[in-house]
Amino acid sequence: MSDSFLLTVPFNIVIYIVLMMIGFYAMTGKKNFIKKLVGMNIFQWSIILFVVSLGAKRGATIPIVVHTTPQNHDSLSMSALEAAHYINPLPHVLMLTAIVVGLATTSVGLALLLRIHSRYGTLEEDELLDRIKTSE
Amino acid sequence: MSVHQHAAPALIIACPLITSFVLPLLGRWDRRVVLPVTLTALIASSIGSVTAAHIVLTQGPMDYFWGGWEPPWGIAFRIDHLAALMLLLLCVIALAIAIFSHRSILKERPDSYVLFYTVYLLLISGLLGIVTTADLFNLYVFLEIASIASYALVSLGSGPAVVSAFRYVILGTIGAAFYLLSVGYFYSVTGSLNMEDLAHLLPELYSSNAVRVGFAFFVVGMAIKMALFPMHSWLPGAYTDAPSAVSALISATTTKVAAYILLRVSFFVFEPQFFVHFFPVATLLTWMGAIAMVLGSILAISQSDLKRMLAYSSVAQIGYIVLGLGLANEMGLTGSLLHLVNHALTKGGLFLVVGAIIYRTGLREIQQLRNLARRMPWTAAAFTLAAGSIIGIPPFGGFFSKLYLILGAINSGQWGLIGAVLLSSLLALFYFSNVIRYLYLSPKSSENDSHEELLDEKVHLLRHDNVPLSMLVPMIILITGTIFLGLFNGSIVSSFIEPIVPESILQ
Repeated sequence: MSDSFLLTVPFNIVIYIVLMMIGFYAMTGKKNFIKKLVGMNIFQWSIILFVVSLGAKRGATIPIVVHTTPQNHDSLSMSALEAAHYINPLPHVLMLTAIVVGLATTSVGLALLLRIHSRYGTLEEDELLDRIKTSE
Repeated sequence: MSVHQHAAPALIIACPLITSFVLPLLGRWDRRVVLPVTLTALIASSIGSVTAAHIVLTQGPMDYFWGGWEPPWGIAFRIDHLAALMLLLLCVIALAIAIFSHRSILKERPDSYVLFYTVYLLLISGLLGIVTTADLFNLYVFLEIASIASYALVSLGSGPAVVSAFRYVILGTIGAAFYLLSVGYFYSVTGSLNMEDLAHLLPELYSSNAVRVGFAFFVVGMAIKMALFPMHSWLPGAYTDAPSAVSALISATTTKVAAYILLRVSFFVFEPQFFVHFFPVATLLTWMGAIAMVLGSILAISQSDLKRMLAYSSVAQIGYIVLGLGLANEMGLTGSLLHLVNHALTKGGLFLVVGAIIYRTGLREIQQLRNLARRMPWTAAAFTLAAGSIIGIPPFGGFFSKLYLILGAINSGQWGLIGAVLLSSLLALFYFSNVIRYLYLSPKSSENDSHEELLDEKVHLLRHDNVPLSMLVPMIILITGTIFLGLFNGSIVSSFIEPIVPESILQ
């Protein structure tokens, strides 16, 4: 029963959900701001990984069509292109952009952490809240 | 009938985006050119928006295909009636707040003056892009441009602003990541990212689980971005700690644009029957909206800081927008859109008023504002008018949007929602009248006389109306906007909103 269940569940979905939950736990459960930021990264990457996996096909190859010269045209089947033989490149290209966006978010987050640390001298949420209260 | 390859949609985005890249260099050369250059870019965008709106109203929606690639292959921009309305709204707000920011930022953050305007333009171009794009993934990119710019702007504030900004980064990223995930799900079943193409492909797939899961992630992601009640925790901190000009800008634009995305995708990529029958989140949304309206207002009453009070009031106003959307009928949609536009103008205006008060006196506790109207009559009058619009007194815009929402609730027979709208308005009357009472009358408080002396000292230093013209004019523009919206709501509804109401919900 459990074996057949495991086989029917697509692995890409299982992996992305597990990674996403790890990231979510770190973002909400951890008190340290650096850990929150790491969690945020894991969260973003899990989704990027999932979308990249959407382009994958079993038994397919990279989406580069080798240029066929007229001499190689001995049979029709060789020149015909079948989409099923190639993985879908579009999700990969989209995720390239998403990675850049993720990089920008992470760098803004790190810059804010630098400012927080230089102003309050800590990145632990509890200590930070105490210091904000005393500074007011 | 639609207009192709007119350059206006591209120029609306390109002007502020390209200017924001050049601005740091110009600012290093001479700081005085920063404001004129920013305003030029924004005026160019506004001219583009007005042109686009004129074309849309006379000839129908405009399409622009980047690089000449037609959808579904290329990225397309599309301006329809709704997008034209949002463009006009964003341009008015962006111009008004850019003028206001000059003095305000010079006082609050003189060291970041040049970078403030750079990021300001980035935020505006991101928002304009969200409104015009017809491609779901392109929308994600613009959403993140706008969000990252608003994180940076919030962090410019005083006190614990950096911490609030970091919380905003974490939650905002969860929202955007959920949106990206939903786009992934939609793409996996349809193989398309173009909104119009998806609208053709999706109806056959309404019973597919991937579409339902994608839609659920989409709604949650946008709920975080627009700070719908249980997911609003980033909003009060961000609005309270940000510089005055930034509070006005993000309260007037970012959450409203997130609400616009929710509206756009649920009504124009999906059909209302999907989220009413196939995947019934509509009822859930109306009740979440109702809860947000009431609890947001109750939380607003208990605040002593004026900016924080306005922030919680925003949480309540988002509730109205979501409620109208969830009703999924013509009146509800109209009310929701009208409230979106109206609240953007009103709350922007209110935060500008608070910004002017902080600029002149440095005070923001409600109890310290005693008798301020005597010294700042224009500012206090602006506050009172805007408060009237939020409460929903005719002839302000707020009255008419609430009226449409109530009509929508009557049409769908949900009497409880009418009660929620009225209760929330009553609570709004309560918290605003409290502030107005302090502004105009002077209730004696025995607890602390030093505050009174402090205020009297500060207030006596001021003469006449005291607020610089560059701050007063934007305030007045936004608040006259709400009155204008109230007086001409009929023609706005008939020219911008009625043409886009989906046929399936027409009555």
